[in-house]
Amino acid sequence: MIVRLVDGVPRRALWLAIGLLVLALAAPAFVGDYLLTVLILILYFAYVGQAWNIMMGFAGQLSLGHALYVGLGAYTAAALYVHFGIGPWLGLLVAAPIAALAGAFVGFLAFRFRVAGVYFAILTIAVAEFARIGFDHLGWTGASAGLFLPVAQYARNDLWHLRGHPAMFYYILLAATVFAFVGCYALMQSRVGYFWLAIREDEEAAKASGIDTFHYKMVAVIISAGMTSFAGVIYAFYYNNLFAEQIFGIGRSIEIILGPIVGGIGTLFGPVLGSFVLTGLAEMLTAALAAVGVDVPGAKQVFYGICLLLVIILVPDGIWPWLARKLGLKERQP
Amino acid sequence: MSADVYLNVAIGGVLTGLVYGLMALGLSVIFGVVRVVNFAHGEMMTIAMYLAIAAFSAFHLDPLLMLVPIAVTLFAFGYVLQAGLINLFITRAEHSQFLLLVAIALIIVNVLLILFGPDAQNVQVAYAFDSFQIGRIIIDATKLYAGVAAIVVTAVLFAFFRYTATGTAIRACADNYTGAQVVGLDVRRLYALTFGLGAACVGAAGTILLLIFDVTPAAGPAYTLLAFVIVITGGLGSMPGALVGGVLIGLTEAMAGLLFTPSAKSMFAFAILVLVLLLRPQGIMGRGTA
Repeated sequence: MIVRLVDGVPRRALWLAIGLLVLALAAPAFVGDYLLTVLILILYFAYVGQAWNIMMGFAGQLSLGHALYVGLGAYTAAALYVHFGIGPWLGLLVAAPIAALAGAFVGFLAFRFRVAGVYFAILTIAVAEFARIGFDHLGWTGASAGLFLPVAQYARNDLWHLRGHPAMFYYILLAATVFAFVGCYALMQSRVGYFWLAIREDEEAAKASGIDTFHYKMVAVIISAGMTSFAGVIYAFYYNNLFAEQIFGIGRSIEIILGPIVGGIGTLFGPVLGSFVLTGLAEMLTAALAAVGVDVPGAKQVFYGICLLLVIILVPDGIWPWLARKLGLKERQP
Repeated sequence: MSADVYLNVAIGGVLTGLVYGLMALGLSVIFGVVRVVNFAHGEMMTIAMYLAIAAFSAFHLDPLLMLVPIAVTLFAFGYVLQAGLINLFITRAEHSQFLLLVAIALIIVNVLLILFGPDAQNVQVAYAFDSFQIGRIIIDATKLYAGVAAIVVTAVLFAFFRYTATGTAIRACADNYTGAQVVGLDVRRLYALTFGLGAACVGAAGTILLLIFDVTPAAGPAYTLLAFVIVITGGLGSMPGALVGGVLIGLTEAMAGLLFTPSAKSMFAFAILVLVLLLRPQGIMGRGTA
C-alpha cells in the first residue's frame, strides 16, 4: 500500500516532503514559546485548508462557510466535556458525524436543487451565519457569554484529555496535517479523485459519461466537513474558550480559504505553503510595525490586504504551481 | 401589544427595507452586467456613511443634501476600481475574483478604522425625533424621508437604464456579451460605468441609511451579507427583485425584532434565504437559471 502510494511521485517532491517533515518534527526543540504558537497556527490553517481544498480544489465546489464545521466540532466536543466530562477523542466521535451531517445538509440542499456557483457559495455563508446567531442565543453552550473549558494546573501532558503544553498540540496538529496530506494524495489518486476532477472541469460532461455527480459531490462535502470538525475540537481544547460570534464568523471562513487560494487551489502543497506564507506574513507585519513604532489598530490589516492583492494579481494560480515550476517539480495542475 | 404596534413596526420595516433595496440594487446591477460578485459591497456602503458623517460634523450638512455628492464620489471610486483592477479579473475563476474583492474589503474596513476609530458614530439631525401621525399610525420622520429618498434614487436609476442610450448599451452587455462586442460597444468602459453606477447606488443608500442607523467600520461585512441575502431572495441580476427582496427582508427583520429579540433578527433573514434557495433558486423575481 505504502509502496503503491509513493509510486509515480517525483523523487524530488518526495525528498522535499520528507525534509520538511524532519524539520517540522525537530522544530519545537529549537523555537521559543512565541514561535511555537505561530507554528501551531500555521499547522492549524494548513490542516483546515487541506480539508477545504477537497471541496474546492478537488470537486470544484466553492464553500465560503467552513467556519460552520470548525464551530460545530469545537462546540460539540467542548459541550460534551463541560457538561458530561466526556473527553475530546470520544467527543470527536460525536463531533465529526455532526459536522458531516451539517455538510450533508448543505450539500443536499444545494446539489439536489441545483444551487451552484455563486449561489452555492452564498448558501454556505448563510448556513454558517445561521449557526453563528443560533449558538449566540443557545443557553446550553453559554450563549453570547461564551463557553469556557476548565483550565487546571497540569503537571504533565494529558494526551487523552488534551490538557498540556502547546508542544503537545503542535505534534497533534502536525500528525493531522501529515495525515491530511497523505489522505488527500490517496484521494487524488483514487477513482473518486478522478470523478471529482471530472466534475470540477465540466460537470455536464461528467454526468454524460455516467458519473453520479450528486453522489460524489456529497462525498466531497461530507469528508471535508468531517475533517474540518477535528480542527474545531483541537481549537476548543487549545484556546479553552469559545465564542459563537468569532468561531462561526464569516471572517473565520475567509481565513480558512486564504491559505489554499494563495498557495494554489487543487494542489497538495498549496494549503501548507499558503498557510505558512500568510501566517508568516501576518507575524512579520506585526513585528515590523512594532519595530517602527506604529501602533495603529488596523494598520497591519491594511498591509496584509495589500499583500493579498499583490499575490492574487501577480500569481493568479497560487504560489505553489509557480514555485513547483521553479523547483522543477510537477504536480497535477488545477 | 395592540395591532397598532405591529402596523407601526411593519411600516418602519418596509421603509428601511426600501433603503436596503437600493443598496442591494447596486450589487444586483454589478452582478447582472459585470458578472462579478461584489464582496466589498457593504464596505463600500460604510465609506459613504463615513463621508456623510464627515460632512455633517464639519459643515453640519444634512445627509440628504449630501446624497448626490456622495453618490458621485462613490461612482468615481467604483469606476476606477473596475477600470484599474477588476477588469483584469473578469475572465478569471470565481474564487480568484472573490479573493480580490475580499482583499479590497479588508483594506476598506481597516482604513476606515484608522481614520475614524472603532466607535459607533451617527448624525443628529434636527428632525431625528419627529414623527408623523395619520390616524393611529405613527411614522418616524427619518424613516419616511429615507424611504422616499430611496424610491426617488431608484426611479432615476430605472429611468436611466430604460431611456438613455448608455443605459440601453449596458443592458445589451448584460444580455449578450458577444453581441455587444460585435456591434462595437466598448464593453470594458461600460463595465467600469456599471460598477460605478452600482457603487453610486450603494453610496446613496449608505447616505440615506445614516438617518436610521449608526455606523462602525466593522459594519461593512454585515451589510455585504445583507445585500447578498436580499439580491438572492429577490433574484440575482433582477432590478425589481432587489427592491422586493429589500422590502421583504426589512419587514422580516423589523417583525422578528419585535416578536423575538433584536439580536436574532438576521437569523430570520438567513432562514428566508435558505427557503428561497430551496423553493425558487432563481429568486422571487429572477428569470430561470441554467
